[in-house]
Amino acid sequence: MFANIARVLAQSSNKCLPLIRAKHSLPDLPYDFNALEPVISAEIMQVHHQKHHATYVNNLNVAEEKLFEAKQRGSVSDQIALTSALKFNGGGHINHSIFWTILCQNGSSEPGGELAEAIKRDFGSYQRMVDLLVATSTGIQGSGWGWLGYNKQLNRLEIAACANQDPLQATTGLHPLFGIDVWEHAYYLQYKNARPDYVKSIFKIANWRKVEELFGKARHD
Amino acid sequence: MSFQLPPLPYDYQVLEPFVDKETMNLHHTKHHQTYVNNLNGATKDSDIVAICQNIKNYPVAVRNNGGGHYNHSLFWKWMAPVGSSNVAPTGTLKEKIEATFGSVDEMKKKFTDAALTRFGSGWAWLGVQKDGSLAISSTANQDNPLMAGVADVEMIPILGLDVWEHAYYLKYQNRRAEYIQQWWNVVNWDEVVKYYDNFASKNNPVPINQ
Repeated sequence: MFANIARVLAQSSNKCLPLIRAKHSLPDLPYDFNALEPVISAEIMQVHHQKHHATYVNNLNVAEEKLFEAKQRGSVSDQIALTSALKFNGGGHINHSIFWTILCQNGSSEPGGELAEAIKRDFGSYQRMVDLLVATSTGIQGSGWGWLGYNKQLNRLEIAACANQDPLQATTGLHPLFGIDVWEHAYYLQYKNARPDYVKSIFKIANWRKVEELFGKARHD
Repeated sequence: MSFQLPPLPYDYQVLEPFVDKETMNLHHTKHHQTYVNNLNGATKDSDIVAICQNIKNYPVAVRNNGGGHYNHSLFWKWMAPVGSSNVAPTGTLKEKIEATFGSVDEMKKKFTDAALTRFGSGWAWLGVQKDGSLAISSTANQDNPLMAGVADVEMIPILGLDVWEHAYYLKYQNRRAEYIQQWWNVVNWDEVVKYYDNFASKNNPVPINQ
């Protein structure tokens, strides 16, 4: 009897699923738009969050809906055709969701705890790590992100660059810890073409407490 | 003989309100100038067309900055203040566009779509392929369709649109679609027709003043 009930439920759940499938939503900023001034202007924060990140969220939901429909139809080809949209928008949602949390109004000057030790071990010093991350982020051609990431297999911190909205972990395997958005939309209204100034300044608003937390999770999960 | 930043054929404000003065200024004096400076630091070769066509033999700095220099040198010529050029293609190019796409409007739709769907930084192009046919494509970053082995669609570009955010962000922010729509108002069709008639239709890339 229970097998029959289970079968009926399974059959009907396929029709119910569209009604209960969770959609992604734009996370709130943990602070006001002007909180990161003067390093990042309120205008940039507002457009970046309310327009760019919101668009990634909306388009991700659309792409996932299409993916579900393609799967229902049994079309592998149509599923594959959606991979770009999923990467662009899913990556954009992942990256920006992390980004808002690793910035804060009064950034602590340097990382502490286990993260500080790992930075010293893997880069020689905090300043060397910063110099490398600055150079990597500044040197990205076109749009992308510079990252401090954690290589869990080798138990070491690494600097990496990703193009466009390619998400760090899915692309390189590194756990994202601290990322710098170097798409022009992240800085242009304020810094114009002076990307190096923006990249160097961002360390003033780095939320190292949060980054330490991310490191702890990546290490011990 | 090193590469030089070409002067703009007009003042910075003349493409207003479609492309704003501040963007034109920054785009020309900062972005394009940087490509020129970096290109001079990256290669001693001087034939930019040949460099693009043989880009696989060059380091990435040449691809980025050589492409940037070529693309922008033509970009300034592909635009003109309203009223100074025909508002649509003429002559043989017009016929070719109609034969290929159905109409000039259809061509603009396809071009607009290419510009909209280029994720991240890049360019949209209208060009002439080896067999003489017209095609529309987009490339990433500062790549262009002359770059054999790099561009998806290899062709001689006769019209291009910069969709890097720096090309439109000050005025349009994230509204790339609006930027593209407004940009059509300042396309210098006379120049595009010239590029087709004098160069691309003869299978020659459009030269730039070094």
